Amino acid sequence: MISKDQVKHVAKLARLKLTDAEIERFAGQLSSIFDYMEVLNDIDTSYVVETSQVTGLENVTEEDEICKKVDGAKLLLSSKLPKERKQILVKQVISQ
Amino acid sequence: MDISNLTIESAHEALKNKEISCVDMTKAFLDNAKKSNDELNIFITISEEEALQQALEVDKKIAAGEEIGILEGIPVGIKDLINTKGVRTTCASKMLDDFVPPYDATVVKKLRDLGMVMIGKTNLDEFACGVSTEHSYYGVTKNPHNPEYVSGGSSGGSAAALVVNSCLYTLGTDTGGSVRAPASFCGIVGMKGTYGRVSRSGVTAMASSLDTVAPLAKNVRDTAIVFQAIAGLDNLDSTTLHADVPNYLEKIENGVSGMKIGIPKEYFSDDTDPEVKQSVMDAVKELEKQGAEIVNISLPSTKYAVAFYYIVMPAELSANLARFDGIRFGHRPKNEGDGLVDYYFNARGEGFGDEIKRRIMVGTYVLSAGYKDAYYKKAQKVRTLIIRDFEEAFQKVDAIVGPTVPYTAFKIGDKISDPLMMYLADVLTIPVSAAGCPAISVPCGKNSKGLPIGMQIAVPQLEESRLFQIARAYEKSVS
Repeated sequence: MISKDQVKHVAKLARLKLTDAEIERFAGQLSSIFDYMEVLNDIDTSYVVETSQVTGLENVTEEDEICKKVDGAKLLLSSKLPKERKQILVKQVISQ
Repeated sequence: MDISNLTIESAHEALKNKEISCVDMTKAFLDNAKKSNDELNIFITISEEEALQQALEVDKKIAAGEEIGILEGIPVGIKDLINTKGVRTTCASKMLDDFVPPYDATVVKKLRDLGMVMIGKTNLDEFACGVSTEHSYYGVTKNPHNPEYVSGGSSGGSAAALVVNSCLYTLGTDTGGSVRAPASFCGIVGMKGTYGRVSRSGVTAMASSLDTVAPLAKNVRDTAIVFQAIAGLDNLDSTTLHADVPNYLEKIENGVSGMKIGIPKEYFSDDTDPEVKQSVMDAVKELEKQGAEIVNISLPSTKYAVAFYYIVMPAELSANLARFDGIRFGHRPKNEGDGLVDYYFNARGEGFGDEIKRRIMVGTYVLSAGYKDAYYKKAQKVRTLIIRDFEEAFQKVDAIVGPTVPYTAFKIGDKISDPLMMYLADVLTIPVSAAGCPAISVPCGKNSKGLPIGMQIAVPQLEESRLFQIARAYEKSVS
């Protein structure tokens, strides 16, 4: 069972603004999703190792070369957000 | 010239022999794209100007007597999750409604270098999350076989585009079945390779331990040609494999004589529609007639696959989508709020759709303090068990065959209010993805309502040649 308070807590962690209707709906839907996942408790996995990568690649590295392929002006064009002095204008982070 | 029966190979011949100019051919495909888009909503963007420009270049080459490559001048549709330089790429999300990528994804660059003619960007579920394209910010892609039904997803637009003859091949992405399922619902061929066989650089990440870029086409040979063109090592994607890319057409006509085909009993359970079972078993008999030996096998962890997937995938998705904060690009919220953190909440709250929010919530929950071991680690262990199933099966058989999806396309709206029911559609495609193995969906008939049925074939990692060989043997026997 996922309560509305849990939904609010997780939404806060995920930086998602939710409406009251969404909180209500997600509580119900997430509950049924997590109920379904209970099926995994039927299997004993105490001696099983975890898999996070399926092709066995490890520590892929490459030379650290300076790449000048990126054109700042073109990058700026791809964003429609407000700009000032060849930079994207963002909210103030540290208040005076 | 009637373009509706063209394939990549026959269109290539027609261009080479000057039976049609590339510009005229492109115009015919663009016409079909525009006409069908009003009714079926297949493309988010139709790139007419670019397509005609690209076609003109090909015509110049042909006129100058130069040789053209197999994909040169061939019309393609590209899933709108894949970056195309200078052409809007939305991921079917309000978050990226106005995003124009400054660079090509590696797969697009490869196709561009081979002379592609890009008809447009195809519709999908937002950020590739769904099995019906009903979660697209731009609306559902209707099934060309019956517009009351879904095209499947998440690469629904890429599948439907081929049915209406608006392209000769398309690119999609397949994380848990997102190319195979729509291919099955639309009656075309869709294939995913070994995890890491195709570069994902420039493709918006969904679940990084599962994501693949995957081709769709009208037949098996065309699919192999496209896969050939996009496979290979890429230093912009560190998960790509070093293994050589073989010539996938070399053995494609060699047939299935002497091969062992495994039939997992779990794929033919009571949950699978009887008409689907019948069609797939008829196709299996066809393979037997061609000389394959049919072996009954079991993949006992199949019943845990959906639960595994809907823990690991949202966990990875929630981390990947954390980058969308509306700061450097993306959605600027109407109400910016008070301070930076408020801005994040509003940008993401407004920019993401219902299903994305739901999956981010699931992913954040399973990774949050106190739940990580119970959910995320547990699911990663279950993944090991699913992989073992395949390893054991592939000791006994050369390939595994079953239905792609347990049923045919469903009606628009039927599953939209019940996310869990929607998730279960992927029950037979997820296990192969979990194991990182190649798989293909080939059409194997229609049900009594005229909706297509797909047969899934899976092989061990890096055995794509064998996959094409089996699929082609079946296709040839029924055509």
